[in-house]
Amino acid sequence: MSDAKNFMFLNRRAPYGTIYAWESLEVVLIAAAFEQNVSLMFIDDGVYQLTKGQDTTGIGMKNFSPTYRTLGDYEVRHMYVDKASLEARGLTADDLVEVEWEDWETEETVDNIVEVVDSDRVAELLEESDVVFSF
Amino acid sequence: MKFSIQVNEGPYQHQASDSAYQFTKAALEKGHECFRVFFYHDGVLNGTRLTTPPQDDRNIVNNWVELAEKYDLDLVVCVAAAQRRGIVDDGEAERNGKDATNIAPRFRISGLGQLVEAAIQSDRLVVFGD
Repeated sequence: MSDAKNFMFLNRRAPYGTIYAWESLEVVLIAAAFEQNVSLMFIDDGVYQLTKGQDTTGIGMKNFSPTYRTLGDYEVRHMYVDKASLEARGLTADDLVEVEWEDWETEETVDNIVEVVDSDRVAELLEESDVVFSF
Repeated sequence: MKFSIQVNEGPYQHQASDSAYQFTKAALEKGHECFRVFFYHDGVLNGTRLTTPPQDDRNIVNNWVELAEKYDLDLVVCVAAAQRRGIVDDGEAERNGKDATNIAPRFRISGLGQLVEAAIQSDRLVVFGD
């Protein structure tokens, strides 16, 4: 779709402790419904949003982490993770959920759209975006 | 240039709303256009007319209202964020069985689609918050 804009959602905060991550996800879902080119970037404590095995029963909060795994179904095509942020927290790609994506028309499938990228690539991707939502 | 503004923090606790107001006012005075101001997260708390700051302090809510009156600004409060935080207009009060409203004049409650539309329609979306 040629008149769609490149939307980048910059997720910078841990999933719990503040509401930013959850309310960011709500905007992502709406933006995808508007048929924009939606990408997500996880940076700083935002990388914790994608960690596997989240359990919120002890804090009385809704565990919304399963929603990230459905984003491929909402035509979100790219989920980038900042490598330096992962490393600073002792995490690797193996600690993160995998998100499958399939093009319903061409049946092209990508097993995992979560991609770890270095700082130079982070800068490039932000530069290429038309709109950057920062949460 | 056509701007849209997103305000992510409440008044007084955080400078985001003041900065957004100053930016919007300056842009309008320079002849730029503001398509919409969208209040999200605790930013929705900028939209209550019940705010009563001390007399020697700025009234952030009234600042927005006056700017909106002068330039016919579209001030939109996110409905989902507003419901969580108790910002209520007539429609919401009726729908959710509330006994009062508190929305400030010139503000309206609507959905996140308004934010996405603003981002699509504007040359720049400027986000204010942490």
